[in-house]
Amino acid sequence: MASQQQDAGTGAYLIRGAAILGGAPEDLLIRDGIIAERGQNLSADGATVIEAAGLVALPGMVDIHTHLREPGREDAETVETGTRAAALGGYTAVHAMANSTPVADTAGVVEQVLTLGRTAGWVDVRPVGAVTVGLAGEQLAELGAMADSRAHVRVFSDDGICVHDPVLMRRALEYVKAFDGVVAQHAQEPRLTAGAQMNEGEVSAVLGLTGWPAVAEESIIARDVLLAQHVGSRLHVCHVSTAGSVEIIRWAKSRGVNVTAEVTPHHLWLTDELARSYDPVYKVNPPLRTDADVQALRAALADGTIDVVGTDHAPHPSEHKECEWAQAAMGMTGLETALSVVQHTMIETGLMGWADFARVTSTAPAAIGRLEDQGRPLDAGEPANVTLVDPAARWTVDPSKMATMGRNSPFAGRELPGKVVATFFKGHPTVLYGKLNTPYRWLPEAPDPARNTGTAAAGRN
Amino acid sequence: MRHLLSTEDLSLSNAVRILDTAEEMAAVGEREVKKLPTLRGRTVVNLFFEDSTRTRISFEAAAKRLSADVINFAAKGSSVSKGESLKDTAQTLSAMGADAVVIRHWASGAPHRLAATDWIDAAVINAGDGTHEHPTQALLDAFTMRRHWSRLAGTPSAGADLTGMRVAIAGDVLHSRVARSNVWLLRTLGAEVTLVAPPTLLPIGVEKWPCTVSYDLDETLAKGVDAMMMLRVQGERMNASFFPTTREYSRRWGFDDNRLRALDGLGLKDTIIMHPGPMNRGLEISSAAADSPRSTVLAQVRNGVSIRMAALYLLLSGDTREPAGHADNTRFHTAENTSAHAPKESH
Repeated sequence: MASQQQDAGTGAYLIRGAAILGGAPEDLLIRDGIIAERGQNLSADGATVIEAAGLVALPGMVDIHTHLREPGREDAETVETGTRAAALGGYTAVHAMANSTPVADTAGVVEQVLTLGRTAGWVDVRPVGAVTVGLAGEQLAELGAMADSRAHVRVFSDDGICVHDPVLMRRALEYVKAFDGVVAQHAQEPRLTAGAQMNEGEVSAVLGLTGWPAVAEESIIARDVLLAQHVGSRLHVCHVSTAGSVEIIRWAKSRGVNVTAEVTPHHLWLTDELARSYDPVYKVNPPLRTDADVQALRAALADGTIDVVGTDHAPHPSEHKECEWAQAAMGMTGLETALSVVQHTMIETGLMGWADFARVTSTAPAAIGRLEDQGRPLDAGEPANVTLVDPAARWTVDPSKMATMGRNSPFAGRELPGKVVATFFKGHPTVLYGKLNTPYRWLPEAPDPARNTGTAAAGRN
Repeated sequence: MRHLLSTEDLSLSNAVRILDTAEEMAAVGEREVKKLPTLRGRTVVNLFFEDSTRTRISFEAAAKRLSADVINFAAKGSSVSKGESLKDTAQTLSAMGADAVVIRHWASGAPHRLAATDWIDAAVINAGDGTHEHPTQALLDAFTMRRHWSRLAGTPSAGADLTGMRVAIAGDVLHSRVARSNVWLLRTLGAEVTLVAPPTLLPIGVEKWPCTVSYDLDETLAKGVDAMMMLRVQGERMNASFFPTTREYSRRWGFDDNRLRALDGLGLKDTIIMHPGPMNRGLEISSAAADSPRSTVLAQVRNGVSIRMAALYLLLSGDTREPAGHADNTRFHTAENTSAHAPKESH
């Protein structure tokens, strides 16, 4: 059994008295990669005991939208550093976006990313395949080959670039039906956003920065939900940022369109007023919007119109941010602050509870990515992907102390609530007592977990 | 005042202080020896990431009249051909001991970055950044308007503001740093501003600005205007569907001969016509208008040197006191006279 392949003392854990999904305190016994028991006053029986009074137990978080930068931009992030950051942030799975160099548009590249993820061992790295060759928006990539590869790709996206050609988008939506895939669209009408630097509105007018109008996002979403309905396929909308987009998605869902939507932590909090500093740490795509948009996004996440929180974790080397605004790269880090920001914006505002948090950060994103062993209930017999959170903790964001190589956190200097105490990935603590522990070690001969969920826990430490 | 980055955050007292100091500097320009020793031994760098001979030589003349050492650094770069980074350039200038950096940059906010980071600790003067601001242009425009307004009122310029003056600014407001700086400064000085432009060349959000917006130049003139400022139409706008043709633009929003005549018909005998230059004669302004006695185009150029002398003087003379509020004008002038006289007396 797998337990014999794990280090002595780390094979079994008794989490004592954690509020499961914020409910009444219960114990969780983790052994052999699964939750062996859930209940009151469980016997430790040789397991390492973690006193969890006051802590909240959640299903391991799943990020539907992560940029790990490898291969190609190892100066910005590697799979190793990015997944360390993910584990510290409470994640047990991340979807690695396709805009690497080379682009993840072939079975070979997605399998390489999968292998890098397993070698690192901090979380489940699920490669996202590009929709079009080289993200060029001209010709479909070999979506089927990526779906059939060891990486078992189900999410396809040209993220960073919009699949703006309506015929190509239609074909992509139709084609992925063959293997239950989903197209994750970066909704940005390119002609309406040529040279765009920030949200178009009162602030851009004063700052003299080229505007990124809300309509450029909303018009693509409106088109795509109609296309998804027409061809009967599955659409995911990345990083929704405007109140108008929320209205369109709400309307589409009411019509039965199979659409899911995502919001980033930063769009749940920050506004374009921050651009007044001209500090490019606040430059991101889609841009920070207005407070009215922030409030609409929060309401939509609470009522289910928006399904998931995706970080859009986008690390950049410092020289890409230490420059003029117009020269700077777009993007913010997010893996290590997501939980705290969502707690601050959604839970401490009373809009959501921890069960809702589990839905938007784990259950729903796992379902979109078709990850069968993630986002599961914390019940006996389920895979032990568990995050323990101290909701009472307070900490001040210091990017220089983060595990990600990116120093571009827009939350630098802010005090945030909530701290990840432990992250269990396949029953192994990748994070313990708030510190990075050791990675999970996949067996070299480990069968494809995506196809053989029942044996996925057969790893050794 | 540590830097001069924008007029949006320039207080009334500081604005009037710059204008008044410029009056003193203008007096120097009328003397036989047009030079003051005030900034001897100080180094002013003109850091130009964008070509602008007019603005550069204006700052150069201003710094030289104050006896500063001037270094011209034409760091012409573009988003396409990136050379040395702004950070490295700034640190290089800092290491060379620059006391003030006059920066012109195609990227909005670049002067703010210099001022906000620890790359350089020199005083930063914004000489035009992207489509954001051009504060010394607005100050020299206000200086020109104030002289005109005071002369009409028969009162001295010093200490005055522009309360009640009706200013219309016509043209490409969307891409104009001159328009933005003027809107904020003229509001602060108490003028009533009307922006006149095709709707395509007004920014989304302009309705929140402290001014009136019109699409109709004739209607604006008919309501009465004391200063009519025309903005340059950039060549690259002409083929980007902001307006159908240059002729249509000129007919609807250009200050042509008909409108020049209309001023007389409207009884607006004292209305001045302004342009920040360089002009597109025949497009946004006709030659007759540009060369008419109403035109202040050359006075603006002349006043530019005085304003830039004042800015350099106030930022580098070590007198960084925040003057008292406008209500306290009398005392402010007493204090101001001391410092403003200092350079003259030492001459």
